Amino acid sequence: MSVPGASDQKPSKKDFVSDQDVRWCPGCGDYAILSQVQKVLPELGIARERFAFISGIGCSSRFPYYVNTYGFHSIHGRAPAIATGLKATRPELSVWIVTGDGDALSIGGNHLIHILRRNLDVNILLFNNKIYGLTKGQYSPTSEVGKVTKSTPIGSIDHPFDPIALALGAEASFVARSVDVETKHLQDIVRRAHHHKGTSFVEILQNCNVFNDGAFADVTEKTTKADATLVLEHGKPLIFGKNRDKGIRLRNFQPEVVALGEGISESDLLVHDERNPALAYLIARLGPPHFPTPIGVFTAVDRPCYEDGLNAQVIAARARQQPDLATLFNRGDTWVVR
Amino acid sequence: MPDGATSNSKRVEPRDRVVIRFAGDSGDGMQVTGTQFTTESALAGNDLATLPDFPAEIRAPAGTLAGVSAFQLNFASDEVFTPGDDLDVLVAMNPAALKVNVGDLKPGGILIVDREGFNEQNLKKAEYDRNPLGDGSLDRYQLFQADVTKLTSAALKDLGLSARAVFRCRNFFCLGMTSWLYHRPIGPSESWLSDKFKKTPELVEANIRALRAGYNFAENSELFAVSYEIRPATIAPGKYRNITGNAATALGFVAAARKAGRPIFLGSYPITPASDILHELSGLKQFDVYTFQAEDEIAGIGAALGAAFGGAIAITTTSGPGMNLKAETMGLALAVELPLIITDIQRAGPSTGMPTTTEQADLLMAMYGRHGEAPVPILAAATPADCFAMAFEAVRIAVRYMTPVILLTDGYLANGAEPWLIPDPASLPDIPVQLRTDPNGFFPYLRDQVTLSRPWVVPGTPALEHRIGGLEKEYLTGNVSYAPMNHEQMIRVRARKIAGIVRDIPPTEVLGPETGDLLVLGWGSTFGAITQAVRELGAAGHRVAQAHLRYLNPLPPDLGSILRRYRTVLVPEMNLGQLVRLIRAEYLVDAVGFNKIQGRPFKVSEIVSRCLRLLNGTTLEESVTEEHP
Repeated sequence: MSVPGASDQKPSKKDFVSDQDVRWCPGCGDYAILSQVQKVLPELGIARERFAFISGIGCSSRFPYYVNTYGFHSIHGRAPAIATGLKATRPELSVWIVTGDGDALSIGGNHLIHILRRNLDVNILLFNNKIYGLTKGQYSPTSEVGKVTKSTPIGSIDHPFDPIALALGAEASFVARSVDVETKHLQDIVRRAHHHKGTSFVEILQNCNVFNDGAFADVTEKTTKADATLVLEHGKPLIFGKNRDKGIRLRNFQPEVVALGEGISESDLLVHDERNPALAYLIARLGPPHFPTPIGVFTAVDRPCYEDGLNAQVIAARARQQPDLATLFNRGDTWVVR
Repeated sequence: MPDGATSNSKRVEPRDRVVIRFAGDSGDGMQVTGTQFTTESALAGNDLATLPDFPAEIRAPAGTLAGVSAFQLNFASDEVFTPGDDLDVLVAMNPAALKVNVGDLKPGGILIVDREGFNEQNLKKAEYDRNPLGDGSLDRYQLFQADVTKLTSAALKDLGLSARAVFRCRNFFCLGMTSWLYHRPIGPSESWLSDKFKKTPELVEANIRALRAGYNFAENSELFAVSYEIRPATIAPGKYRNITGNAATALGFVAAARKAGRPIFLGSYPITPASDILHELSGLKQFDVYTFQAEDEIAGIGAALGAAFGGAIAITTTSGPGMNLKAETMGLALAVELPLIITDIQRAGPSTGMPTTTEQADLLMAMYGRHGEAPVPILAAATPADCFAMAFEAVRIAVRYMTPVILLTDGYLANGAEPWLIPDPASLPDIPVQLRTDPNGFFPYLRDQVTLSRPWVVPGTPALEHRIGGLEKEYLTGNVSYAPMNHEQMIRVRARKIAGIVRDIPPTEVLGPETGDLLVLGWGSTFGAITQAVRELGAAGHRVAQAHLRYLNPLPPDLGSILRRYRTVLVPEMNLGQLVRLIRAEYLVDAVGFNKIQGRPFKVSEIVSRCLRLLNGTTLEESVTEEHP
C-alpha cells in the first residue's frame, strides 16, 4: 500500500512518543495501554501525520498528549462529537477516540451511542476502571451496586450497565474487550479495531491502582485468570479454564457453564461467530459471578459508514450541479430595477 | 386573462403604501398566500418587507385562537423599512383569525372575510358570543363579506375533487381578490402553482381556477367599487430577489466558504427558528457543504469544532436554549483558537419561552455567557438581507483571527423577508486562508504579529504534528502549562486578539445630523423601525440621528465620539436593556433604554413617541408596556 506523506524510514514506537512527560500515577494501567498502542501504530502503514487522537476529560483523556500525532484533548464526554466532524470532512485520517467509563458512559453517553449508530470509521478505546479517578474516587456508571466510594460512603445504589451490551444495543459494528495487562491480546484487538471499517468499540479493563485497585483482579491474576476469562475466537467453541476443560453451553435459551468430558464434548458447546449479533448479545451478558468474563471480539459486521455516505452525497451533488454562486444567488423569482 | 389591468367601470385610487395581513387557520395556507402576494408585489416594482406569524403548534385544533397563522406584508412606492405597524387590509378566513388580528387594523381599514367561515361552530371555537359580522362591532372598518368557500367550490365543481381538496383552494381565491384590489399581476402565482404541483396537474388546475375566480369575482361583483394602485418604488437599480434572513444567512456562509476556498461543515440540531438554515444548507452540497444533524446541540457545535480542526469553515446554528448548551464548547474553541461560527437566531426566552416569536435578549449571554475570561467577537445583522453580509463577515473574522464568532440574528429577521440586491459573486472579497505547512520555526501558538492569531495547521500535514486542548497553553509551544504568569499572559493575549478586531470595523454610519438632540442607537432587527422613526422625526424638523451597531464585540472604535455628539442617546431593544448596559459601562454615557419584550418587534409609532417625549425632556427609562398598560 502506498502511503502519501510517509517517510522512507520504517517508523517505530519511538516515533509515536511525544516529548511530554507522562503524568499518570505510578502503576496505573494506562501506561500499559499507551505502550501497546504506540507499538501497534507504526505497524499500520499509515503516515504519522494522518493520525488524530481525540479525547474528552479524565485520566484516560490525557492520552493524546503522549502520542506524537495530531491530538485534541477536548471537553468532558464530547470526543465522539468532535471526532465525527473531523472524520466526516477528512475521511482519509485515522481517527482514534480515547475515553473512560465516566467520559464515555456518563456525561458523554449520548454522543457515544450516536457515533456507534452512525458507524463512522473511527476507533474508540474506552478505559474502564469502574471509578472516577481524576476527580479522586467517586463511583462511575460501571461501578457495582454497593460500591463504597467518596460520594457513596454507605454504598452505591446505582445499577451499573455493561459497556459491551450498551455498544451492541447502539448498533455498533465492531465490539471488543481486552485487558490492560494482556499486552499481546490488547495489541491484537487494537490492530483489529484499526482494520475494521466502521466504528470500532474497544472496552479495555484497566486497573486504577489508587482508587479502585484490583477491580479486575480475577481476570489479571495468574492464579485465577484462566478460570475467570473466556477468550473469544471466531469459529471456535467457547472453552475456558486452566485445563481448558470448561465450556459454555446453551440450554433452554439459557447459557450455562459445563465441564467437558462426562458425556459433554466440544460439539455441545456454543461456537463463537463474530457475524452473529444475536450471539454477541448473549455473550455480552456473561460475566461474574456465574460466568467467566469474555474478552476478544464480540461482533464485527460490515455496515456503511456515515462519512462515506456524506461524501458520496457531496460528490454526487457536485456531479449534478455546478457550484456556481451566481446561479445560487439568482434562484427563484427575481426582478430587475432599472 | 387577468394581468393586473382593471376594468374601466371601477374607480382607481392611488396609494403610497399598504400594509396587508392574511390570517386564517394554520391549515388555510396563509403563509403561501402571503408569500405569493409578496412575489407579485416585488414584480410590480414595489419596495416591501414581510413578516410571517405562525403558531408554535404544528396543527392546533382547527378554528381555534391558538391555531391562527398570519402573514404580513408592507409594500410601497417609496422605501420600506419594516413590515408595517397597523394594517390597511386584513383578510380573515375565520372568526379566530378575525379575533386575533382585528385589533391591528386601522379604523377605516379594509376587512375581507369568508362569510361562510363565520358559522356557529367556528364562532364558538373563537369564543364569540355573537357573530361579529352582524352585531355592528366592525362598523369602523370597510367590511367586505365574500362567500369564498361557495365561490371556490363553484369554480372547481367539474374537477371531481374531494370537498377537502376544494376547501384547500380557498386561499388562492383570496389571493385573486386581493391581487385585483391592488393591481398585482397573477401570472407569477400561476407559474408558481404550475411548478409546485407539477406532479398533480389537477391541483394546478384547481388552484389556478380558484385564483382567477377570485380575481374575476373582485373585478365583476358589486362588492368592491374601488381598486388601488401603488406605483413602483424608486429603488437602486439592479437585480433583486426576495430573501428571508435565514436564507440570506445560509447564502452568506456558502459565499464566504467559496471565497475562502474551504468546505463548509454545519453541525446543527433542529430548533425553531434556526432550522431553516440547516434545511437550506443541506440542499447545497454541490458547494462542498457538509451538513450534520447532530444528536443534540452540544454535538452540533462539537462536530463543527472537529471539522474546524480538520480545516473546514465550521458553523453551528441554534436559538437561545441551544446557546446555553453550546457554551462549554465555545470556551474550548477559543482556548484552542480554531475558527468557528455560532449563529444564534434569538427567540423569546427564558427557557422554552415563546419559540416562534422574536427577542433580542441573548446579547449579554453572547458577551459573557462562558466561564473564565472568554471573549468572543459578536456580530449582529440589521435586516433580513443584511444577514448575508454579516454571515460572510463572521466567516472572515473567524478565519482571520482564529476564533469562534457569534452571529446574532432573531426570529423577526430569520422569517421576515425583504428585497435583496443580488450581488455579483466576483465583487465579493476573497477570504485568505493560509493552512500552515512549513515546519521551520513552527510552534502551535506562534502568533501573527498583527492579528495575534495562531497558525491553522490541519491533521495530515507532515512534520507539524501537535496537540491542542482545553488545558491552559504555554504561550508559544501550546504545551500544557499551569504557570501563573503564563496564564495571565494567555488571558491577556486572547483578550487583546479579540479587542484588536476593531481594526477591521468600518466607520459607523450615522443617518441624520452629525450633532443634535438625540441619537437613537440600535442593534439587530430594530433597524427598520428605528430608521423609519428617525426619518419621520427628521422630516418633522427634529435634530435626531440614528446609528446602528452590527459589531457588538468589539464595539466600533468611533462609537464613543459619536455618542458624545448628541445631547441624549436612546437605545431601543427587545429586552430589558442589554446594549444600553454595555454602552453605559464602556463609555460612561448616560444612555437611556427603551424596552419592549412582547415577542413582537417595535412599531415605528412606539419609537417616534418615545423619542418625542425624550426631546420634550423626559429621560426616565420606559418600556412599551408602561405606555400601553
